[in-house]
Amino acid sequence: MKRLLNTLILLSLPFGVFAGGGVELQRADFDLSDKDSLQRGAKHFVTYCLGCHSAKHIRYLRIALDFDIEKDKVLKDIAPEGANIYDKMNSAMNAHDAEKWFGIMPPDLSLISRSRGPDWLYSYLKGFYSDSTKPLGVNNVVFPDVGMPNVLWQLQGEQKPVFKKVGGQQVIDKLVTEIPGQLPEQDFDRMINDLVNFLVYVGEPGQLERRSMGKYVLFFIFMIFILAYLLKREYWKDIH
Amino acid sequence: MKTNRWTDCGNWILDRFPLTKFWNEHMAHYYAPKNFNFWYFFGSLALLVLVNQFVTGILLTMNYKPDAKLAFDSVEYIMREVNWGWLIRYMHSTGASAFFIVIYLHMFRGLLYGSFKQPRELIWIFGMLLFVALMAEAFMGYLLPWGQMSYWGAQVIISLFSAIPVVGEELSLWIRGDYVVSDATLNRFFAFHVIAVPLVLVLLVLLHIIALHEVGSNNPDGIDIKKNKDANGIPLDGIPFHPYYTVKDLVGFAVFMFFFAVVIFYMPEMGGFFLEHANFIPADPLKTPEHIAPVWYFTPFYAILRAVPDKFAGVIAMGGSIVVLFLLPWLDRSKVRSIRYRGGIYKKALLLFVISFIGLGYLGTQPATPGATAVARVLTAVYFGFFLLMPIYTRWEKTKPVPDRLTEQPSLEDRIPDFVETFNEVTIKTEGKSGLFSRKLNYQGLSAVSIRFLKKIKGSLD
Repeated sequence: MKRLLNTLILLSLPFGVFAGGGVELQRADFDLSDKDSLQRGAKHFVTYCLGCHSAKHIRYLRIALDFDIEKDKVLKDIAPEGANIYDKMNSAMNAHDAEKWFGIMPPDLSLISRSRGPDWLYSYLKGFYSDSTKPLGVNNVVFPDVGMPNVLWQLQGEQKPVFKKVGGQQVIDKLVTEIPGQLPEQDFDRMINDLVNFLVYVGEPGQLERRSMGKYVLFFIFMIFILAYLLKREYWKDIH
Repeated sequence: MKTNRWTDCGNWILDRFPLTKFWNEHMAHYYAPKNFNFWYFFGSLALLVLVNQFVTGILLTMNYKPDAKLAFDSVEYIMREVNWGWLIRYMHSTGASAFFIVIYLHMFRGLLYGSFKQPRELIWIFGMLLFVALMAEAFMGYLLPWGQMSYWGAQVIISLFSAIPVVGEELSLWIRGDYVVSDATLNRFFAFHVIAVPLVLVLLVLLHIIALHEVGSNNPDGIDIKKNKDANGIPLDGIPFHPYYTVKDLVGFAVFMFFFAVVIFYMPEMGGFFLEHANFIPADPLKTPEHIAPVWYFTPFYAILRAVPDKFAGVIAMGGSIVVLFLLPWLDRSKVRSIRYRGGIYKKALLLFVISFIGLGYLGTQPATPGATAVARVLTAVYFGFFLLMPIYTRWEKTKPVPDRLTEQPSLEDRIPDFVETFNEVTIKTEGKSGLFSRKLNYQGLSAVSIRFLKKIKGSLD
């Protein structure tokens, strides 16, 4: 028995070793209750992402309601020109052009935060580096051979990788700025966090409502539990 | 007796329909052993989850579109634009996982107390058929959101049928209705998921309960309570199911709903176990995901499938891991039912089985590396060893004498003083602060308590 347990423990050891691989993700620092951040994120999304990527499961109206801002302000500050408040966040690019230019239709981003996770998005958006062997001149640390150009390069500047040797293989250790961009690093990080914040919100717009509602539901169920328990105790008094 | 219009109306029905008889037979005059413990909540909880799945499922079909072009978006439409749609959807998706948790614990109860043994073999068979139907229901339901994992999970599982010699290819084509999983597959899975399999489930639940009420419930002592009856023919150790167990199960319902609500409101994805991350990507027949893993409740069987090097043999092993459960009543040759009076060897075997089941479940979620496959092979051997060696190790096990009447175990309330004492032993009071935080861990006490606990576990295995 004991020997068997030991063997099992020993056998399970190697799994920790397999778990690694690739560059470690950086942590996104976002707050869904920060409506200013969400609003900035929405604006960045429309400015930098919506040209190619849609977020077809969210309407501008919902953004206005959830961020507590006037509908007109959403249309003026966030939505692209000519958008209606009831419109979904559709991209102007069509699939035919996209396939000609990039070989693939850029994916809809409504649920990207739920499939990839906020930390991945943060690391991805910050993870572009110059790589002259690629058709677009860039590569990405968390998404090797990425088909998307670094649309934020003017703001971020250009990064180049620093390699280290692990087990005889060259791996990227970290990225360093080669040519500084228009934004200081801190401002750029904040911008990416705002974007991630918005994408997490878009992934499930009802999530704040869901979490705030939870405690009342739990309290209610707890009350039912107490009632049911007292009822049970009363009935079972005579059972021995 | 003075009667009013309503009681007249009620009597009119009762004169023509055996409602009273039915109620008495299955509730008010159904005598259940009085010592049901924690493990006996899961039967009624399974019924609760079934009702939850029916109600939320019906509501979901009102907005879901079983069409390969529309399915994924219609689920997001439910999540975002249908009033309370997100709650209904999460109740259904969490309910699916909860169903399997409840059913696995319900089946484990059977293993603990020998509920499958004579005369309850048929209850176990109906239960196993329910389990198979439930797996079919869950598998087909998982295709409906039409995400990447829905699609590729279905593709992998259906392609298993093609491993069957001669008819395999034709069979998998017949199941899919196409050469790949497609709109045709989605439509037929929808039909099965919302109509055919639920009907089978309801029928089997009825059979399961009718068979149970015919022979009577087992109990943690594994004793036949019908052997000791009073003058009126009522078992001395039995109590009417209603009101005693109806009120007790209400407490179980409340506790279950609390945990259920915690998941729904705070962690509906359950870290990717209840809703897989890759399933938030729409199904793409041209892009195979790097790592295809079924939902957690299928992973033990999936790990068995992958542990066998040959595809067809793997399918046989996976099927065998379910079939062997059906045979349980005849594999177990022990004279006693309950684990309380079984020999040490069954307890150790059961412990190994639980380890292998959980281990296989974990490995099924992980990519198949050579190391992981090696472990999965060992655990698969343990899984089958538990069942196939059972006729040998249960026949000669040294059982303990079984009492005539039910024994009394201390209830949770009775054990509160013990818990307080243990808490005092593992912590020491520090000066200055007050309340619960004034105490810090006492390592000496902690080690003493853990040693005592381990000794107790070791002793209980003999």
